Amino acid sequence: MATAKGKKEKKLIDRSFFFDRKDSTATLIYVYISLIIMSIISAYPIYYIFLSSITPGDKIMPDPFSLWPENATIQNYIEAFRTKPILLWMFNSLIVSLISTLVAVICALLAGYGLSRYRFPMRWPLMILLLVTQMFPAPMILLPLYILMGKLGLMNHLMALTVPYVATSIPFTTWLVKGFFDTIPRSLEESAYIDGAGVLTTFFRVVMPLVQPAIAVSAIFTFLGFWSEYIVARVVIMSEKFYTLPLGLMLFRGEHNTKWGQYSAVALVTTIPVLIIFTMLSKQIVGNLTLGSLKD
Amino acid sequence: MATVATTVKKSTTQKYKLVKGIVPSARWYEPVGFLSLAYLAILLVILLPILFSFMLSVYDVRNSNIRMILNRIGINIFALPFAFPDLFKGLDNYLKLIQDKDFIGTFIRSIIWTGVNVFFHVSIGIWLATLLNRKLLGKSIFYVLLILPWAIPQYIAATTWKGMFNAQFGIVPAIFEAIGVHDTLRFAFGLQDISCIANPYLNFAACILVNIWLGFPFMMMIALGGLQTISSDYYEAAEIDGASGWQKFNYITLPLLMPIMVPAIILGTVWTFNMVNIIYIFADAGRVSEEAHILVTKMYVDGLQYFRYSYASAIGVFIFIILTLFAVLYMKATVKED
Repeated sequence: MATAKGKKEKKLIDRSFFFDRKDSTATLIYVYISLIIMSIISAYPIYYIFLSSITPGDKIMPDPFSLWPENATIQNYIEAFRTKPILLWMFNSLIVSLISTLVAVICALLAGYGLSRYRFPMRWPLMILLLVTQMFPAPMILLPLYILMGKLGLMNHLMALTVPYVATSIPFTTWLVKGFFDTIPRSLEESAYIDGAGVLTTFFRVVMPLVQPAIAVSAIFTFLGFWSEYIVARVVIMSEKFYTLPLGLMLFRGEHNTKWGQYSAVALVTTIPVLIIFTMLSKQIVGNLTLGSLKD
Repeated sequence: MATVATTVKKSTTQKYKLVKGIVPSARWYEPVGFLSLAYLAILLVILLPILFSFMLSVYDVRNSNIRMILNRIGINIFALPFAFPDLFKGLDNYLKLIQDKDFIGTFIRSIIWTGVNVFFHVSIGIWLATLLNRKLLGKSIFYVLLILPWAIPQYIAATTWKGMFNAQFGIVPAIFEAIGVHDTLRFAFGLQDISCIANPYLNFAACILVNIWLGFPFMMMIALGGLQTISSDYYEAAEIDGASGWQKFNYITLPLLMPIMVPAIILGTVWTFNMVNIIYIFADAGRVSEEAHILVTKMYVDGLQYFRYSYASAIGVFIFIILTLFAVLYMKATVKED
């Protein structure tokens, strides 16, 4: 009896190292089964891309229930990079995304700081405006821009993409960044002012270093959005040499002759870095999203 | 009102002090300087285009006359009413939209699309968050795996899922076959095989499934953040009173979580309603059949592929009205509850 009881206690202590004490075994089984099923559903499509990319042959899709295809090959990767200018498309995407991010984040930083630190008439209407712009479907902004770009001869120019990109991302990024600034105590700025620093000096020398990580997070987040943007690029860019990566990727997916293996190879190459960066940053973004929307 | 009163009072005592910064000596041009860049951009590339869209929606501008119009008025697009007063059509585009035989269907599909998607996003999200919100071996692995659908670029997700729905090789029909509903579905829709492309209804259903898959991680993360703010004291008190797990969820978790979820739900609804990507990419490069359209994809295809500018703008204005109504009513309903 005594030993059995001792054993049980010991077991309990071991368990509580990994789990909540109040969770019964039945609860834990339920939790694990649910999480495992949902994780498989979440992750399987990415595994499927990987599976397709190493399956030999163009038009053959992998057997969905096999974990590893017969005679796996990296031929698809070689073939895809050989036949299409994927590196050029990557470069195009990179340039457009970088410039758009830079402009959007600079605008958002300044405006976010202004909204966070100053009280002035029209402050609320201006903040609400940021949210109202989210109510408009993107094509509604795109349509006039499309007409104007056509008139100005900007169609089919890589840099023309930056205009709609910046336009659609500024309100949300500003909202996000304002949330970051709200979390920083004002006392540091106050003491900087007392020491005789001007507004701009304080902004660049005191505030900026403090929010640097947050800026990096929102910049990368914005960047990833541009990096995988398809709908706008599709109507602005026509010639293949100006294609961004998403447009180029869709080329592999013809109507009758989807080059499934090559498509998957490129898709995987473009997705993996995004996945890694995104999962690393996601926690911080969401923390600030909720903060930003709840606080004044 | 109170704020107005205090500002007025201050402005009389402090000589026109409307702007308050961190230091009392803040000048009016400081916030103006900070805000001007972003709001200038918003004005130029969001508000003016939207204004022009509103204008387009009451005129008759289409592919056949756009060149002539632009040649006459140049880039000063707001000269349209003066240069072409005869193109003014009033509410004709809206009437045409409402009288379109597919309009009711498209509208209902948009509502279903948004409702079903947001419902499952929120409920799956909260469910998973409650599962994850405990001490658990391997929690961070589950967390990373569950976040993947949000991280993957949408166009890649849509294309990959389309492959997975493929009738011959895809895993989804194979699973249907394995659990024995394949023939039932086939019979119900009168199809040779379960191909999501062959039947617009199945196509639409497949799009909803894909979008649910895409959207639940976002809600899960918001809910997880919210759950961590709920003090464990409530649960301990409830346990002492002998509350069951469901009661705890229903009377503690949900009411305390909802205020945090409301902004996310509104944002999620708006984003889902305005989501072009999935339906558009799922139908081969824009050949969306009429029975699979929602309002925003219809607008995108009409405006940017068929160049029916005015008609598409009318759809856009319609969407904006619907969404604003929704946001205002939803805010009112949730505020009333408190």
